Amino acid sequence: MSTIPIFADENWRLPSRGRVAMLSLIIGESAIFTIFVVAYVYYIGRSTFGPTPQILDVPWFNTVCLLSSSISILFAEHAIEHGRIRAFGAWWALTMLLGIVFLAGTAIEWKRLIYTDGLSIRTNLFGTTFYSLVGLHATHVVVGLVMLSLVMIFTLFGRVDRRHAERIQVLSLYWHFVDAVWVVVFTVVYLVGR
Amino acid sequence: MQRQRSLSLTRSRIFVLALVCVCTFPAFAQGQQTMPGILAPASTPAHEIYVLSQFVLLITGAIFVVVAGLLAFVIIKFRARGSDGEHEPAQIYGSTQVELAWTVIPVLIVVVLFLTTARIIFAIQDAPEPHSALDVTVVGHQFWWEFRYPKFGIVTANELHLPVSTPSAPQPTYLQLLSADVDHSFWVPQLGGKTDLIPNHPNEMWFDPQRPGLYLGQCAQFCGIEHAKMLIRVYVDTPDEFAAWVKAQQQPFAQPDAQNTAVSAGRRVFETEACVNCHTIYGTAAKGTFGPDLTHLMSRATIAAGIAPNTPENLRSWIQDPNTLKPGALMPAMQLSDHETDEVVAYLTTLH
Amino acid sequence: MADQTFPIPGTLDASRSRGAALLEWLHSWVVTVDHKKLGILYIVYALFFLLVGGVEALVIRIQLAIPHNHFVSPELYNEMFTMHGTTMVFLVGMTFVFGFANYLVPLMIGARDMAFPRLNAFSFWMTAFGGLLLYFSFIGGFGLYGMGSAPDVGWWAYAPLTAKAFSPGHNTDYWALALIVAGFGTLGTAINVIATIISMRCRGMTLFRMPLFVWLMLVVSSLTLITITPLTAAQIMLIIDRYLGGHFFDTQAGGSAVVWMHFFWIFGHPEVYVLVLPAFAIANEIIPVFSRKAIFGYPAMVSASVAISFVSLTVWAHHMFTVGMTSVSNAFFVLSTMMVGIPTGIKIFNWVATMWGGKIRFATPMLFCTAFVVQFLVAGLTGIMLSVAPWNWQLHNSYFVIAHFHYVLVGAIVFCIFAAIYYWFPKVTGRMLSEKLGKWHFWLFFIGFHVTFDTMHFVGILGMPRSIYTFEPDRGWNTLNMIISAGGIIQAIAVLIFVWNMIDSYLHGPIAGNDPWDAWTLEWSTPSPPPSYNFATDPVVHSRRPLWDLKHPNDPDWKYER
Repeated sequence: MSTIPIFADENWRLPSRGRVAMLSLIIGESAIFTIFVVAYVYYIGRSTFGPTPQILDVPWFNTVCLLSSSISILFAEHAIEHGRIRAFGAWWALTMLLGIVFLAGTAIEWKRLIYTDGLSIRTNLFGTTFYSLVGLHATHVVVGLVMLSLVMIFTLFGRVDRRHAERIQVLSLYWHFVDAVWVVVFTVVYLVGR
Repeated sequence: MQRQRSLSLTRSRIFVLALVCVCTFPAFAQGQQTMPGILAPASTPAHEIYVLSQFVLLITGAIFVVVAGLLAFVIIKFRARGSDGEHEPAQIYGSTQVELAWTVIPVLIVVVLFLTTARIIFAIQDAPEPHSALDVTVVGHQFWWEFRYPKFGIVTANELHLPVSTPSAPQPTYLQLLSADVDHSFWVPQLGGKTDLIPNHPNEMWFDPQRPGLYLGQCAQFCGIEHAKMLIRVYVDTPDEFAAWVKAQQQPFAQPDAQNTAVSAGRRVFETEACVNCHTIYGTAAKGTFGPDLTHLMSRATIAAGIAPNTPENLRSWIQDPNTLKPGALMPAMQLSDHETDEVVAYLTTLH
Repeated sequence: MADQTFPIPGTLDASRSRGAALLEWLHSWVVTVDHKKLGILYIVYALFFLLVGGVEALVIRIQLAIPHNHFVSPELYNEMFTMHGTTMVFLVGMTFVFGFANYLVPLMIGARDMAFPRLNAFSFWMTAFGGLLLYFSFIGGFGLYGMGSAPDVGWWAYAPLTAKAFSPGHNTDYWALALIVAGFGTLGTAINVIATIISMRCRGMTLFRMPLFVWLMLVVSSLTLITITPLTAAQIMLIIDRYLGGHFFDTQAGGSAVVWMHFFWIFGHPEVYVLVLPAFAIANEIIPVFSRKAIFGYPAMVSASVAISFVSLTVWAHHMFTVGMTSVSNAFFVLSTMMVGIPTGIKIFNWVATMWGGKIRFATPMLFCTAFVVQFLVAGLTGIMLSVAPWNWQLHNSYFVIAHFHYVLVGAIVFCIFAAIYYWFPKVTGRMLSEKLGKWHFWLFFIGFHVTFDTMHFVGILGMPRSIYTFEPDRGWNTLNMIISAGGIIQAIAVLIFVWNMIDSYLHGPIAGNDPWDAWTLEWSTPSPPPSYNFATDPVVHSRRPLWDLKHPNDPDWKYER
């Protein structure tokens, strides 16, 4: 009973520290998002004045783009595992493009909300919780894109090869996390909350 | 070696002494009826809490005696002695039976404590309000208490008058707790536990004071710079005293003897300066609600939420500059001349 | 010099100028990524702020020694108790936790360093900067001529007192921003500790062969991930309210003050477990060594620690019994709070059982740990008293609560920190601390602690609330407050003796050698202080006490462990 998990002495293999660290980061970030989601849900319907969630249009196109980027990054991971760097570069670029389209779509949506519907973060409680939650997610997309572009630059300079597959997978974990959060945010804000 | 032995014994003596203090303090505190402590309950909720606390103290006291006693025993019996030599003691890695026992017993203790506690929670929190109950609305302000009696049409401040409630003629008081600004908490230990006053979150509490007298309390949730000086005075009156008090509070401002020029001058100053922006004197032009209602100011024993006796000298200091009595109070220094201040004080001291 | 973390005084290379050598030495500390040096930086930082927080406590106690005292103004007093709490929790407690974790975890698991050395350095400096930002607030605002802009809203910063309307200055902003910055550092170190423990153990060290100290640091770091982050989230919301016109806690726009309380205590309660579990970690190492016995019930200790961390996530609203929750909600939190007492009690029994049948040496570390066991028992029992919601309606926000949590924070945690320093100082510096001064330190601190905090329970029962800069003389609290303040002075003297002990012993203490206490975990197999690479060859272990196996080849642990 003194061996949990069971490891024979000859094969002393422990989980990779990159993966453990990224999973830990994801857990911590999930806690932050949970608090913002809880605030959003609790405050649904409690604005005492101002625009309500009915003014929101469901961003189907943005969502499809972002969720597809998880698929494209998966293909990128497979490509680099097998050493196909050019394919990797292509899939990686597609992932970034889809992410940028998502952000652009969010910007367009916010412009309409602010200038046409008159909803800003200070307008009312709905505005505050909406922009905070969606904005927090968008910030994480931006950070993810910055990391992705670093990898893109290294790839374009020919510095990336099969040895970096593990690190690419760790970074992809982050990107998958960002997408998973969007599933939750999308459901709470655009489906449940309206 | 001797020194170590006496050190261990000293430690054991300290445990015993502490235990004795914890157990006997309630006994000699009982006599302190006039001290506003949890140990001198004067109302049903406070009494229920007190009885529950004694039960809990008994159980936790027993646990302490057993565990600390074991520890004291271990310290004395198993300390290293010079004659021991180089051998390590027997290495015991665990014992399933012992560990099971000391898991099961705490679980049982928790079950007992929880059920006892839950019963009291429901008894106090969910007690239905009887028809004979008196309703009072409490509004917390920085740094004073507003008390409203909706059925009687009375508004007063800082000093609460309640009727005594006896088993033969029960008349509990139900307080509705609101806040005009930040969080506060209403705590008069002898009458009951505290409940918070939170803006936009009305709360309710009740008690039924069993003995007439004066009960002291104060705000128990940090609410800003003068949180320390937001005191509460609860006067529990006999039914006759209470009825008389209500009647007096219901009277509007009584026009005093017109000959007294200082008083009428004072009233004029009061009604033309900014005083009326904050204060109400029922029956006059003063209808402000930001500060305490002053209609029956002289019926109160203290001013500034209990921190100073209600004397003309203190009134004078307060009006000239509240910061001398309560630095950070929200009432500004009124910048009146000495003469005007005297006149206002003369006017205020007629507000019985 | 390359393999020393400290220059041994008197052996500096005399051919370079002393100034250049000093600069180089300082520079090495600023740029280091060595877990041992970062651990020392954390601990020195924590010790410094322990003194600062202690001075703040003394200011509080001098002001409250007599009723209607005028030692400090209400503004400054409110800043003092806010800063005392904030400092002690974040700049002393958390930094000690991660300082010890940083120094000891790689050594105990047979690793060369932490998983991410540069992240380690980054996290330390983030935390350090957060603390400096917090203290910069004293010279903000009107600066030293006014009261500065130090936070003055209580360390719990309840809404809506923290709204711009009620706190127009920058006090609240310093509180929120400094802690957000420090929080990022905390998160980084927590991630690092988890990755190190999971991924860098030496051969043979399965999870159930790790020292309990390492187990508890794993549990603490994991708990930290989901404890600090709610506070960060709530503080971001607060800043949005204060600067972007948000309405999260704006009660006039539909926001709720109670939501702040929930978010704060969802952080606040597990946080105190983050602070106290390392105290258990320390006791788990020291009590066995000084009782000369293996820890009793290792698997139960692991399970209890994990159980505590899970249950601690369900108890937070016992800080909110007076807020007006329903009777059913109140009852739930009574139950969950009482339940967390069960694994905690089990730990206490295990420590007593470890000492049972042993040969206890009362060197200074063991003195502090023994006092810890009794004091933690009392703290747990007053915690049970506070969990009884109706009684809590009386005791909440009174000095009884302050007495309870200082029993935990000082009586358990600070006592164990002192024990840890006496125990591991020889490993870190190569020299022993003075036993004689240690005993003076212990007894004075023990007496001062009890004079202050035993008495404090009673003044709370007599109705004295907390967070008040003065009190009325007719409430029966006068003598008790004077006694409490006197105990504070005694504790201060004890701490000064301790500081003197550290300085004097570092310069003149007897050389410690590898293993002065005859202990059993891997850090005692290295020289004192360890070389920068920790182990010349990677260790291989076969049981929980590798050095016991080496010292007792006829009677090794792996024959008997469950």
